[in-house]
Amino acid sequence: MNILYFLVGCSVLMALIFLGAFIWAAKTGQNDDVYTPGIRILFDDELEEAKSEEDHFSS
Amino acid sequence: MRSYGLGNRKLSYLVLPFKFYAMKNQQQTTTYTICYHCGEEVTDHVHRLDDKEFCCAGCKGVYQILSENNLCNYYAYNHNPGQRFNHDTRLEYLDEQQIINQLIDYTGKDSSIITFYIPAIHCSSCIWLLEHLYKINQAIFSSRIDFIRKQVTITFSHKEISLRNLVETLIQIGYEPLISLQDVVKEHQKALDKGLILKIAVAGFLMGNVMLFSFPEYFGLSGLEKQFQVLFGWLNLAFSIPAAFYCGKDYFISAITSLKHKHVNLDTPLALIIAVLFLRTAFEIIFNTGPGFADTLTGLVFLLLMGKWLKQRTYNHISFDRDYRSYFPIAVTTLINGLEKPVSINEVKIGDRLWIRNGELLPADAILMKGDAWMDMSFVTGESEPVHKVLGEIIYAGGRQTGEAIELEVIKPVSQSYLTGLWNHDHYKNHVQKQNFNDSIAKYFSLAVFTIAFSATAYWLLQHDSHKAWSAFTAVIIVACPCVLALSTPFTLSAILSVFDKKGFYVKNTDAVEQLAKCDAIVFDKTGTLTTTRNAQVYFNGKLDDHEKKIVASLFRNSAHPLSRHILKELKTGDFFQVKNYQEMLGKGLSATINGSSVYAGSLSSNLKAVDHQPFSGVHVVIDNVYMGNFVIEQEWRPQLNVLIAQLNRSFDVQLLSGDTNKDERHLRTIFPEKNQIRFRQSPHEKLDAISALQDSGRAVMMLGDGLNDAGALKQSDFGIAITDDINNFTPGCDAILKGDSLSLLPNFIGLSKDGIKIIKASFAIATAYNFIGIFYAVQGTLYPLVAAVLMPISTVTIICFTTFATRILARRNKLFT
Repeated sequence: MNILYFLVGCSVLMALIFLGAFIWAAKTGQNDDVYTPGIRILFDDELEEAKSEEDHFSS
Repeated sequence: MRSYGLGNRKLSYLVLPFKFYAMKNQQQTTTYTICYHCGEEVTDHVHRLDDKEFCCAGCKGVYQILSENNLCNYYAYNHNPGQRFNHDTRLEYLDEQQIINQLIDYTGKDSSIITFYIPAIHCSSCIWLLEHLYKINQAIFSSRIDFIRKQVTITFSHKEISLRNLVETLIQIGYEPLISLQDVVKEHQKALDKGLILKIAVAGFLMGNVMLFSFPEYFGLSGLEKQFQVLFGWLNLAFSIPAAFYCGKDYFISAITSLKHKHVNLDTPLALIIAVLFLRTAFEIIFNTGPGFADTLTGLVFLLLMGKWLKQRTYNHISFDRDYRSYFPIAVTTLINGLEKPVSINEVKIGDRLWIRNGELLPADAILMKGDAWMDMSFVTGESEPVHKVLGEIIYAGGRQTGEAIELEVIKPVSQSYLTGLWNHDHYKNHVQKQNFNDSIAKYFSLAVFTIAFSATAYWLLQHDSHKAWSAFTAVIIVACPCVLALSTPFTLSAILSVFDKKGFYVKNTDAVEQLAKCDAIVFDKTGTLTTTRNAQVYFNGKLDDHEKKIVASLFRNSAHPLSRHILKELKTGDFFQVKNYQEMLGKGLSATINGSSVYAGSLSSNLKAVDHQPFSGVHVVIDNVYMGNFVIEQEWRPQLNVLIAQLNRSFDVQLLSGDTNKDERHLRTIFPEKNQIRFRQSPHEKLDAISALQDSGRAVMMLGDGLNDAGALKQSDFGIAITDDINNFTPGCDAILKGDSLSLLPNFIGLSKDGIKIIKASFAIATAYNFIGIFYAVQGTLYPLVAAVLMPISTVTIICFTTFATRILARRNKLFT
C-alpha cells in the first residue's frame, strides 16, 4: 500500500500543473475575448485573389 | 399628412438606369436601388463603379480603396456590410506629441501599439477587413479585433506612418475610431479584475483535492488504511491554509473594516465562520482528535467566491459610468497669435482663444468674440433647434456650432464649466447609503447565532464538560452559516439580469436590481425617451405639384444638412433640375435659382419680407416670393405610451420633466392624466433638483432619460435608466440601459424585480429550516464533520435549484419569457 504515498504525490502534482496552466492563461489574457477567434477561424484563405484582380481590370 | 404618392414603399432591388423612371414618373411607379457598400436606399444621384451602384461618393471611395487593395472579400462575407458615414473630423491634434503619448499603449524602437474603439464594427466582414489592414498599408504590421468590445489593437511602424495617417486610413475605409476625453479603451482595461478569477481557480483546486482526501474518512477506514489518516489530515490542513488566508482574505478585510465603523455586514459572520472552521480543523489535526472540517471550509470558500463572481459580473460591451468626458473630443483648436494650434482639452486655460468650426463641440464656457454663432444646445438643454448667440454673449460648454467657424474666449476651465458642474454636484455625496436585504438581515442573523452558540457553551460548561462546550460552540457557528444567504441573492438576481438582458434591458449589476424593486416614483424625460429618434416624420403643410416638388428636391439635393436629407428622402423624386446661384446660409436656410424660379427654403427669421408671418416652425418653402408652405419634421412618439402610463399610474407616482418648450403639451395630456405633473423648460440642474425634492419627500425615484441633459438627474435618482435606440450609442452614466423598443415592458421588469426580492426572502426561510436541523445536533456537541459536509452542499443545491426555477416561473408570469 506504500505505493499510495507516491500516487497521492502524483495526483497533487498533476492538479498543481493544471492550476498553474489556468493561472498562466488567465494572466496572459487568453480568455479575455472568447468570441472573435470563433469567427476568425471561418475566414477563407485568399483563394480568389487572381480572379478578383481580373474582374477589376476588365470592367 | 400629404403623401407623395409613391404608393409602393417596398424596396425592390432591381437595378435599372435612373433616367428610365423619370420618363415613367407620371405613372408613379418607382424602383429603388440600394447601395452596394452600405445597403441604404439610393435616393438622389447614383454613383457607379465596376457595375456597382453607390449612394454617395463616400461609399464609392471605400469600395475603390478596397478593390485596389484586393480586399473585395469584404463584400463576400456579408451583403452590404458597410455603413454610410460622413466625416468632417479634423485630425490635426493627432500630430501633437503630447496627445499621441496619451493615446498609445506601447512604443518600442520600431513599432507602436494602439487600441481604438470603433463603434462601426458590427459584422464578420468588419473583422475580416480590419484584420487585413496590412494589405492597405505596409507600415501596419498587424491588427486584432475584439468584436464584443468593438476594439481594434493595431501594431504599426511609427517611423513609416504617423498616428494621424493611421486614423485617416481607418476613416477612408469607413471605420472611424471614436477618440474622446474619457478613454473607453483604457477604462475597460482597468475594469478587468482578474484577482477574483484566480481566487476561484485556486479555491476550486483546493476543494477538489480536499474532497478527494476526505472520502476515505466518509466511508470509514479499515485497519490497514489507518496509517493514511494522519497523512490525509495534514494534507487537508495544508490545503486549508490558502483557502482561508488567500481565497478568503477579502472577507476578513471587509469584516474588520465594517467592525471599525461599528456596523455589521454580511461578510462579518462569514469571516467568523471561516476563522472558526480553520481553527477547529487545525486543532483537531494537530492534536489528532478528529478529521477536521477542511472539506466544509474549502467548499464554503469556493461557493462564496462563485456568488461574488456572479454579483460582480457585468456587461463587457456596455459602459454604465460614462460622463461628459465621453461626449467631449480629446483636443480643441486654439488660436495663438492668429495661428491655429490643437491643444489637449485638459490644458485649456482661462483667456485662451478657441476656434470652433461647423459641427464642433464647445468644451468650456466661453464668450463669443467673432463670428455668427448658431449653437445646437441639445446636449445641455434637450432643445433641438439651434439658438442664435450674439457677440459678447456667454456660451455654455456642450453647445455644438452649426454654421461658420467662430472665435471664443474661455472664461472657465473645462473641469469647472456649467455642464461639468452636474457631475461635481454636492448632492451625490450625502446620498443615503444604499443597503441591500442581505446586509440589513446580517445584523440580526449574527446576533441570533451568537446567542445560541454562547448559551450552548454555557450549558456544557455548567455540566463541567469543557470538551463538549468547545465543540458545541464551534459547531453552532459552522452550521448556522449564512452561506445560503450570501448565495441566494446573487443567484436569483443574476438569473433576473439574464431575463432582462434578453428583452433589451441591461442592468448594471445585481445590487441595482434590488434598487429597481424599491422604486415608487417614476420620472420621464420627453425628447428621446418618449419620442424616438429613429423615424422622424416629415409633414408638409401646403400644396406642391409635381413640378414644384422637383424644384424643391433639386434645391435640397445640394445640402448636406440632416433636415434636407430627411425631406429629400420623403420627396422621392428621381429627377432634378439644374441649380444656379446656390447659396447656403448656415443655420438659416438655402436659396437658389432653379428652372427660372427663385427658391428659398429655411427658417422664418431670415425669410423674405414679402411673406406673411406664419406661426409654424420647420422648414418653410418660398418659390418666386410665393409662400408654399412648410415642412414639419416631427419626432415620432413611441408606440403604446397610453397603455404604459396607465399601467404605471396604478402603483407609481409618475411625472414628466422636459427640457423642451411646451409645444407638445396638448398631445402629452392625452398620454398623462391630469394628476401627473408635467414640467417644461427644465434645465439640467432643475431636473436634478426636482429629483432630490422628490427624494426628500421620502420617494425612491426612478428616472428615465436619454441625453447628457438628463445625466445629473439620472445620477441623483435611485435608479437611473438611459433609453437608447441603438445600444452602441453613447448613453450617460446610469444604473441600466433600456432599448427604446422595450419601453412598454417596463412594468413587467419592475414586477419581476419585486418578485426576485420575494424569492430571496423565501430562500432565506428554507435556509433557516436547514439551519435548525443542523443546530439541533450542534448544540448537543455531537456534530460529526460528515453531517456538516453533507448538510452544507445539500442546502446550497436546494437554494440554487429553488432560485433558478422560481425565477423562470415568475419571469413567465411577468410575460418576460422567450
